[in-house]
Amino acid sequence: MALARPSLIRPRVHHRDVKERVVEAILFLCAVSAVAVTTAIVVVLVIESFGFFLHVSVWEFLTDTMWTPLFAEPRYGILPLLCGTLLSAGVALFVAVPLGLMVALYLSEFAPVRVRETVKPFLEMLEGIPTVVYGYFALLFVTPLLQNFIPNLPGFNVLSPGIVIGIMIVPYVGSVSEDAMRAVPNALREASYACGATRLQTTLRVVMPAAASGIAASFVLGIARATGETMVVAIAAGQQPNLTFDPREPAATITAYIVQVALGDLPHGSIGYQSIFAAGLVLLLITLLFNVLAHLLRARLREAY
Amino acid sequence: MTSVAQRLALEALPQYTAEVRTNVARRRRWDLVFAVVGLLATSVGVVTLVALFVDLILDGYHRLTPDFFFSFPSRRAAEAGILSAWVGTCLVMFVTAVIGVPLAVSAGIYLEEYAPRNWMTALIEINVSNLAAVPSIVYGLLALGLFVYTLGFGQSILSAGLTLAMMIMPIIVVATREAVRAVPHSIREAAYAVGATRWQVTRDHVLPYSIPGIATGVIIGLARAIGETAPLITIGALTFIAYLPDSPISTTPPFVSFDWLWSGFTVLPIQMFNWVSRPGTAFHANAAAAGIVIVLLTLVMNGFAIYLRYRLRRRINW
Repeated sequence: MALARPSLIRPRVHHRDVKERVVEAILFLCAVSAVAVTTAIVVVLVIESFGFFLHVSVWEFLTDTMWTPLFAEPRYGILPLLCGTLLSAGVALFVAVPLGLMVALYLSEFAPVRVRETVKPFLEMLEGIPTVVYGYFALLFVTPLLQNFIPNLPGFNVLSPGIVIGIMIVPYVGSVSEDAMRAVPNALREASYACGATRLQTTLRVVMPAAASGIAASFVLGIARATGETMVVAIAAGQQPNLTFDPREPAATITAYIVQVALGDLPHGSIGYQSIFAAGLVLLLITLLFNVLAHLLRARLREAY
Repeated sequence: MTSVAQRLALEALPQYTAEVRTNVARRRRWDLVFAVVGLLATSVGVVTLVALFVDLILDGYHRLTPDFFFSFPSRRAAEAGILSAWVGTCLVMFVTAVIGVPLAVSAGIYLEEYAPRNWMTALIEINVSNLAAVPSIVYGLLALGLFVYTLGFGQSILSAGLTLAMMIMPIIVVATREAVRAVPHSIREAAYAVGATRWQVTRDHVLPYSIPGIATGVIIGLARAIGETAPLITIGALTFIAYLPDSPISTTPPFVSFDWLWSGFTVLPIQMFNWVSRPGTAFHANAAAAGIVIVLLTLVMNGFAIYLRYRLRRRINW
């Protein structure tokens, strides 16, 4: 092709080719930065955690039941933090699963178009509110409210931030579930209606089973979100590592511990400083696990149709 | 035999029809019940939004005086203000936007318009979707290890801006890709047909059409960054700052200075967190007032983004 070009315009074409290459290279570098960031996250967490595990055995880290790195006699057992994290995520899920599922079923199968168009922006706004504001809400509105029903509830507890995180992730769980339900082919619904089923029967017995793996994925993604949530628990759960399964007690999550240490004045390179990277690595692994699980569930969904 | 059976069936028919009718009526009632419950579940979100906002306003609106916006934080709650916080937020967001937006939009354009189908592209795509799932505090840890100590940027506005830029990158990449993908192929083919190069097609035809979609993603990303607290606490933002960073503009040549990039900082959500963590209702009122400012900022930004998308969906019929 190059031979066929008239020689007069060749220099110009050549110049243009160079510019094209340069632009493409720049755009490519921008895209590759995503890979660089991921790599950097893993490298930083692993290197700093490595320093931590030189002092603390992995066995102690995983089995000790006390987490007191900042005390005179430090103990480094991740279990209390893990427990607090899963407990608050559990409470959140307890709220978000039924609500998210109902929202998704309603918006996907029942709501008139106009209602859906009005409600969805509101839900998106709920998602956009900064988490520190939710923390304020949990500590100074929801906890006093709950204290009316649970008399001995302390001012810091896991229940209230858990509930607030749950409401916070409802739009997310709802929209992922709704996407799964909308992906169910209309032919299935029509077949069900043709057999004389009502809307509710169609929803519960046809759409929900067909979208089951997508709905399950939305729950798993919800747990991942709740696990990584920081400010609400840091503000309202009390920041005390506590190996308990009672949501009425105060506790600390992995994220709240990182915030607590960062607010203090730990010298760079000390074991307390390294401990937040070890905690962060555990957090990253947990969220990664949940996300892979959700991905597999969704892949199953795609196979079906 | 058959005739007997038929006769029996015919005699029973009215009874059956009645039974079917009540059955259908009952099921219809359940439909209605479910619709009402669904509506209630959906409105929990709206009710929470309203309760949260009313709570903030009741607690904090009396603190929203001009002094509040032009005072530094103070040990006396009644004299404290958010001057250093909002200036910090503006400067950090400036860095985030200048670095994060071009990077993310370029990445989105590359993936949609340029990327060949190979393992490299697949790797990039997997990484982008993974980054979207990484908890924000992990970005803070990355920034603490990489920017603050390894690269020596310190606990500065620059580190904070870079951290948030990385965090919002996946949001903007996804929005850019969707916007670019929505441009019909006929537009590209028409441009190629008259001899345009790939970059000319992208710059002069694809980008102008996808600007509203990209802008929606950018605004949502920046709104997320404005409210983000955890990663900035992790890199060591200060919670009590009674000075402003060096001014970016000076009266002596060269008139523009970048010293502020290296300055310590605080931002609105961190100031709010600081006030919430203190005992006593006086500081809580300050926290609520700061909360009103943050919520209004993010609501206006998100509202604008939603409006843009709505308009986009209505206006464009290819």
